[in-house]
Amino acid sequence: MDFSYSEEQQMLQESVQKFVMQQYDFYKRDDIIKTEAGYSTENWNLFAELGWLTVPFSEEDGGFGGNAVDLMVMMEEFGKGMLVEPYLSAAVMGGTLVADLGNEEQKSGLIPQIMEGGLITAVAYAEQGSRFNPLNVKTSAKAEGDEVVLNGAKINVLGAPNAQILLVSARDSGAATDAEGISLYLVDRDADGVDITAYTTIDGRKSGDVALNNVRVPATARLGAAGAAGAALSAVVDRATLAAAAEAVGAMDSLLTKTVEYSKTRKQFGTAIGTFQALQHRMADMFIQCQLARSIVVRAAMILDSDDDAATKAKAVSSAKSRVGKSIRLVGQEAVQIHGGIGVTDELDVGHLFKRVTALDLMFGNAEYHLQRFASL
Amino acid sequence: MNADFTAEELAFQAEVREFLANEFPAELKAKVDKRIRLSKEEIVSWQKILHKKGWMAPNWPKEYGGTGWTPTQKYIFSTEMGLVGAPEPTPFGVTMVAPVIMAYGTEEQKQRFLPDILESNVWWCQGYSEPNAGSDLASLKTMAVRDGDHYVVNGNKTWNTYGQYADWIFCLVRTDNSVKKQEGISFLLIDMKSPGITLKPIVLLDGHAEVNEVFFDDVRVPAENLIGEENKGWTYAKVLLTHERTNIAGVPRGKRRLAALKRVAAETDDGFGGTMADNPDFKAQLAEVEIELQALEYAELRTLAALSVGKAPGPESSILKIVGTELAQKMDEMSVELAGYNCLPFVPEQFEEGFEGEQMGPGSSAAAALSYFNNRKLSIFGGSNEVQRNIISKAVLGL
Repeated sequence: MDFSYSEEQQMLQESVQKFVMQQYDFYKRDDIIKTEAGYSTENWNLFAELGWLTVPFSEEDGGFGGNAVDLMVMMEEFGKGMLVEPYLSAAVMGGTLVADLGNEEQKSGLIPQIMEGGLITAVAYAEQGSRFNPLNVKTSAKAEGDEVVLNGAKINVLGAPNAQILLVSARDSGAATDAEGISLYLVDRDADGVDITAYTTIDGRKSGDVALNNVRVPATARLGAAGAAGAALSAVVDRATLAAAAEAVGAMDSLLTKTVEYSKTRKQFGTAIGTFQALQHRMADMFIQCQLARSIVVRAAMILDSDDDAATKAKAVSSAKSRVGKSIRLVGQEAVQIHGGIGVTDELDVGHLFKRVTALDLMFGNAEYHLQRFASL
Repeated sequence: MNADFTAEELAFQAEVREFLANEFPAELKAKVDKRIRLSKEEIVSWQKILHKKGWMAPNWPKEYGGTGWTPTQKYIFSTEMGLVGAPEPTPFGVTMVAPVIMAYGTEEQKQRFLPDILESNVWWCQGYSEPNAGSDLASLKTMAVRDGDHYVVNGNKTWNTYGQYADWIFCLVRTDNSVKKQEGISFLLIDMKSPGITLKPIVLLDGHAEVNEVFFDDVRVPAENLIGEENKGWTYAKVLLTHERTNIAGVPRGKRRLAALKRVAAETDDGFGGTMADNPDFKAQLAEVEIELQALEYAELRTLAALSVGKAPGPESSILKIVGTELAQKMDEMSVELAGYNCLPFVPEQFEEGFEGEQMGPGSSAAAALSYFNNRKLSIFGGSNEVQRNIISKAVLGL
């Protein structure tokens, strides 16, 4: 038993830490959010240069290793900085889907570009009626000769406004909630019939809703066999779920640290508010919630990296995401409460961390969704 | 990063399992399953079996007859014990007073007291809390005044667990009233047969008297029974309290209880033609408890891994106490929910030691409320959960 990071993982952690500390402070981040792209290409190129974009990929695919623990290490540090660059959507989700489903040609065409930072993808899977279930797909795919025609509407496609290629889930056959019959198609964002409504999320990321009206793609744009992408999509969403949970662990760590620091300096009634036991116990509870969240994310990451079967892995992810979601609410709400009025202003990072963790609770399914999924698996 | 046991550790785990399968007496297991309290004789006989195997003192170094186990071995041992419901040795001697005697006692005291603890010849009890010194333990008032070769002790202690069985009591007593409250405390070992000691049982909400109040009326205690230096007792006491806090997460016991809850839920009618296992609210509670156990287990493993590389058990262990006890209490609430009307009869005799008859209600449903009542103690004793939060605030968060 050994919970320490390997030398490589330590180096990875330190390099992300250094980046967040030196080049990604709250004000710089705010400036980036206010640009039209909503992320910094300079940062993205730096990520490529530092090898961070290779982390989700296996060594056979030319990557860092594709381990969940590595990913956890990185995401936790990204969480502290509330990163807005599309790492999760493009590198983790898009990248892993191509690696898991793509044929040799697709992989060798796309993966090097993704790792070098030249290609940004986004995964369009959620729909208005699907809620958190990635296997509920109404968008249709109809074969016409050598082409496939896509029709439907996707929501909250994280990173869509900046993506060159969208990975769109669509149904070749079956009813809306069937696990079978789902395919993934590579769709050029500029293709006819693709309409992206871009917006910024509550936590400062670029996202968008994507309408698909008679979008024609060649049959070769399909990732994997027809109608057989459901399992891979589920697995990738699970991996992204773990990544989001790890990101939340980092963000909660910042919330706790900042709250404790603030309570030591903020004076009321002639004394630092951190001397009040009523507040001390609440911060002790925040600490407990942070530790439990970290522990269960470590557990899930290790299980994802093990030889356990898909159901065990899915269950471990749901257990972690549900537990982290519970922590998120307490840590986020208490951080704001203990900061008092300044906590609900736009000026302070604490409010933004609260918004980030709130979004992270919802992303890929909130605490309640994953509790139910855990119980049903 | 990995949570795997080494080959040696796995071999050890197999050895523990085999030992428990062969040596944990079936009649004791049956009683534990029925929640019938074990008698002193039954507990002692089980401890002697452990001693015969050399496993009575997992936390002792080898030189004193302990196991010399690594933190991971200790964890494996207590996990396996918890999974089959085998009681851990009563903590007052082997886990609490012994480490203090080892660290601060004289050679003579070690010779005199430690072997009898190891062999379960002497039953110890605790004399810390007082009616007016609970969480604020250092304000204790029981006085010990030096008189020649003796101390004369007056005062009273409370929440003394199984004092009715005890041969000896370890006490914190005040030996100096003129200094800061922590600086006038001494650590004294007292023979329970000493004239002037009386015991008054305290009946708890479950109808059982597992604790007592102990009165000291001019009790003469030989000065040689003082541990370490006079007025240094508070320092020694804190060592003891650290030992009390380890192993308190209770994950194996929790897993065993969760499995029982699931089993009972599937056997309990929901009143609408189905069972409680299909009740959406109860299902969600079961899932939440299972997830919490997983988080707690990994929090404990992470603490353990830190211990294994030589780090001291930090104040982080307060987390294990708080979360472990709250979780146990949550499972008691769920047992009550499952038991429904069946936990309303107040018939504690059916769970007292030696009970041989038929218990009321299906399964141990009649014990559910009693356990719920009794286990409210969990968040109060061993440093109340509020005190644990104070420890986290001060020692971890620096507030």
